[in-house]
Amino acid sequence: MVKKSNKVLNKNITKLVNKTYQYGFSTSIEKDIIEKGLNEQTVKLISQKKKEPEFLLNFRLKAYKKWKQMSEPEWAYLKFPQIDYQEIIYYSAPKSQKKLKDLNEVDPELLKTFEKLGISLNEQKRLANVAVDVVFDSVSIGTTFQEELKKSGVIFASISEAIYDYPELIEKYLGSVVPIGDNYFAALNSAVFTDGSFCYIPQNTICPLDLSTYFRINDQQSGQFERTLIVAEKNSKVNYLEGCTAPQYDTNQLHAAVVELVALENANIKYSTVQNWYSGDEFGNGGVYNFVTKRGLCAGANSNISWTQVETGSSITWKYPSCVLVGNRSQGEFYSVALTNNYQQADTGTKMTHIGKHTRSRIISKGISAGKSKNSYRGLVSIMNKALGARNYSQCDSLLIGNLSNANTFPFISVQNSTSKIEHEASTSKIGEEQIFYFLQRGICLEKAVELMISGFCREIFTELPLEFAAEADKLLTLKLEGSVG
Amino acid sequence: MNLNSPILEIQNLKVSINENEILKSLNLKVNKGEIHAIMGPNGSGKSTFSKVIAGHPAYSVLSGDILFKGSSILDLDPEDRSHLGIFLAFQYPIEIPGVSNEDFLRLAYNSKQKFYNKPEVDPIEFLSIINEKLKLVNMSPLFLSRNVNEGFSGGEKKRNEILQMILLDSEVSILDETDSGLDIDALKIISNGINNFMNENKSIILITHYQRLLDYINPTYVHVMQDGKIIKTGSAELAKELENKGYEWLTV
Repeated sequence: MVKKSNKVLNKNITKLVNKTYQYGFSTSIEKDIIEKGLNEQTVKLISQKKKEPEFLLNFRLKAYKKWKQMSEPEWAYLKFPQIDYQEIIYYSAPKSQKKLKDLNEVDPELLKTFEKLGISLNEQKRLANVAVDVVFDSVSIGTTFQEELKKSGVIFASISEAIYDYPELIEKYLGSVVPIGDNYFAALNSAVFTDGSFCYIPQNTICPLDLSTYFRINDQQSGQFERTLIVAEKNSKVNYLEGCTAPQYDTNQLHAAVVELVALENANIKYSTVQNWYSGDEFGNGGVYNFVTKRGLCAGANSNISWTQVETGSSITWKYPSCVLVGNRSQGEFYSVALTNNYQQADTGTKMTHIGKHTRSRIISKGISAGKSKNSYRGLVSIMNKALGARNYSQCDSLLIGNLSNANTFPFISVQNSTSKIEHEASTSKIGEEQIFYFLQRGICLEKAVELMISGFCREIFTELPLEFAAEADKLLTLKLEGSVG
Repeated sequence: MNLNSPILEIQNLKVSINENEILKSLNLKVNKGEIHAIMGPNGSGKSTFSKVIAGHPAYSVLSGDILFKGSSILDLDPEDRSHLGIFLAFQYPIEIPGVSNEDFLRLAYNSKQKFYNKPEVDPIEFLSIINEKLKLVNMSPLFLSRNVNEGFSGGEKKRNEILQMILLDSEVSILDETDSGLDIDALKIISNGINNFMNENKSIILITHYQRLLDYINPTYVHVMQDGKIIKTGSAELAKELENKGYEWLTV
């Protein structure tokens, strides 16, 4: 006999889990496309289309050669069909592209898309104190707040613009943190990246605004290869926000971004991400493949780099925002919430490489797995022999929802001197039927119950997010998750 | 809803969990202003009985009915039963990490407010409401900032249950072994809380193993449950008799 009340509970859960992706639509805009497939010619063509200086063409070609000699990494706890790199379109740009001074000049179709996403630039301009560099497919369309930033000497531009306007900065720093041959996906990105953001904070400057990029994958089959470079000079400080949504498609979309951060003496970079790409349907079809290389270099003494991420989307996530702590007393932080549902798979974590003396790092990772998803934390804390007095604290908490989800922790620790101190804590908990029933008995509905428990679980991370992001993240998790309990 | 109906009426209730029949033709009538004590040996179905009334999803009702003020509640979700005024003080209150007691209590309170189309209270208003109630069970306001039941002593957990009962002002409260694991002082505090809460419009079902709770709370009826049925009903005297003779003489 079927349990009556259980059926009711399950029905509610199913309804919640099956909430469809809200941002699933695509915009029809005339596009300029390079034929799918990848060879040396494609790389040259991209560089040519973008009228790039020679050093960049060489950078790309070198990366392409490296990439050809490499093979996809297989160590991650992920399963996905073979990616055919010859079936991918590597360049697509909205056609009628010319320099726009004003948002009014932007294709109204595009503005509509932004409005649907709830990030209308007009709105952003007026309400939020945030400069937005929107990446639509592969080319930046509109950049706001340029003027205000310019006053303080901050450069915030698309990387294509920066290549013309500040070639010496790009040449100096591009690939300085993530070398072109660092890993398979980074090499691919270095060869074919089409756009992204560049930020430069001059000496003794606190960036007057939080800088923000909304990424958006629009073109079916167009791989998105973003490149972000942030350089914070001596005694400077910047907050950078990254948020993502993507339209719903059946075929998997590859995303292989590279983000490089450079913090010089006393500089402070805080990089926050809320990621909500299409994660496939409830049967695991479709969804974005996200292979990202993010790394920060604390080059100067007393510098500080902090990564905060809320990962809720993508069918595959392969992402390890890391810090290389070279400067003495520099500090790296990683705060992460990774949520997987249905058939999502996430293998994410961080690397903290301690090279300088008295370097410190802190890792707080929260994994939430629901449905039939797989959620793994993978971390490396590496203390080199010269990193005297280095400190690391790691905390990895997993929360399981339902009986079919999977949580793993793979912490690696390597210490080469005896003056360092390392702490590692881990916990696994489960939202069970009895906890839910306790809420229900007190008159609190399932949605609220899950929301309260999840935000309790993630509180330490959410407090690291900028205010407007924190509220968004809370809502996002409830929307994405709200599921498979019991 | 009939005002003359008993506040809670259980009719020929048969209930199973995982194909095991636990409650077998259970009947019980509870009127306003009554306190019913249910006693019985371990495994007789007392906890099942309490959870079924609250709508726990693990149990299947095979036949019979549960009426609240004359209307069946079998089709109602647990949260709606709660809103109607059915409260269950759990035998083992579960810990909820990451959720503060204050948030939990406020959400519970506001859920009920919302159900009755009353305005929800903000955290500051709520603080003055809850502080009054805390005094009734002798709890420090400090305990609001702790996570729900996390790291609570046995006595604190039970007091927290009574606090919630008082806060939600429930009409039918089922207290599942609220007295077990309490020292004598805690037992007095809890009994006091219950007695002050009780009035002619409410009813309470006490599930207990021991007579000692009944020294402090005077039951209108005492029932003995065995093998999923109520096999004997009597006055408070019955509890004393059970204390002396055990349960066996009833089945002989």
